[in-house]
Amino acid sequence: MSTHTEHAVSPQAEARKYLITLVALLILTAITVGASYINFGSGNIVIALTIATIKATIVALIFMHLLHDKPVNAVIAVAGFVFLGIFLMFDFLDVDSRTNPQPINLHALPAATAPATAGAPAAAAPAKKE
Amino acid sequence: MEQQFDTSKIGMWLFLVTEVLTFGGLFAGFGLMQNKYPQEFVGAHEELKRWAGSTNTVVLLVSSFTAVMAVLAARTNQGKKAAMYLWITVGFGAVFMCIKAYEYMSDFQEGLYPGKFYSHHGDLIAGSHGYATFFSFYFMMTGLHGLHVLIGMGLMSWLAIRARRGEFSDKYYTPVDLVALFWHLVDMIWIYLFPLYYLIT
Repeated sequence: MSTHTEHAVSPQAEARKYLITLVALLILTAITVGASYINFGSGNIVIALTIATIKATIVALIFMHLLHDKPVNAVIAVAGFVFLGIFLMFDFLDVDSRTNPQPINLHALPAATAPATAGAPAAAAPAKKE
Repeated sequence: MEQQFDTSKIGMWLFLVTEVLTFGGLFAGFGLMQNKYPQEFVGAHEELKRWAGSTNTVVLLVSSFTAVMAVLAARTNQGKKAAMYLWITVGFGAVFMCIKAYEYMSDFQEGLYPGKFYSHHGDLIAGSHGYATFFSFYFMMTGLHGLHVLIGMGLMSWLAIRARRGEFSDKYYTPVDLVALFWHLVDMIWIYLFPLYYLIT
């Protein structure tokens, strides 16, 4: 059982690897806090989330052993994040593509589409409102 | 034995994925509301203490390091060392929760409650629901995260006692490995909570 999780390196070498990982994570934390004091406009959120993703990846690969573990665990982990990504993508696609339902927009819509779809059942509903 | 270990680990990873999706839903909700109330969310985040969030990030990262060192010690037949690292990890978890409790207390004193209990004065956009929405998400997400920290601390204490008794070795250290995975995931969630709540501008 001791043969499979990790490759054959000494415990000392492994402890050193974990320590270097911790230092890297702390440096990245310092960078993200420092960057938050500088105004990059909308770039701030991109920087913060990019650094967070780098940190999370380092934690998953080294501390959670995904780098040297059986690949099936990494497949499960990546699949989870892929589905989360799909979920978030459609969420924000919806938000970004939605215009505010101002009264003027509602009025303009049937007038613009009416000639093209005249007689179609879909056009009947907005036409009734007019 | 090896097959049992691998199967346990796969099960743990499947559980961790459900955790990611649980928090993912909350993150999505937070993002949608931030889109709806951008100014209120920036105003509300100014009320949070950046030093407290930063300190807690460092505390959790160091605790992740001690957790992985506990796994290494358990795997190399050093039960006492594993117990020590597990207790240190529990200690860092306690420090995290103390700072969180202090933050909650000072939020409550200023009337920064979630939802309809929100009673803070002097907001830039008076009467907007955006501030209360921010704090609903803030307390929901950090509260659920804090609950995970407490559960992790409980599991680590239990394992520390078992490690001290010499129950783990290179032949059997599955519980230490799986609980450490859980602890790292809790750390990972905080890695995202921290910039989104404390650093957005």
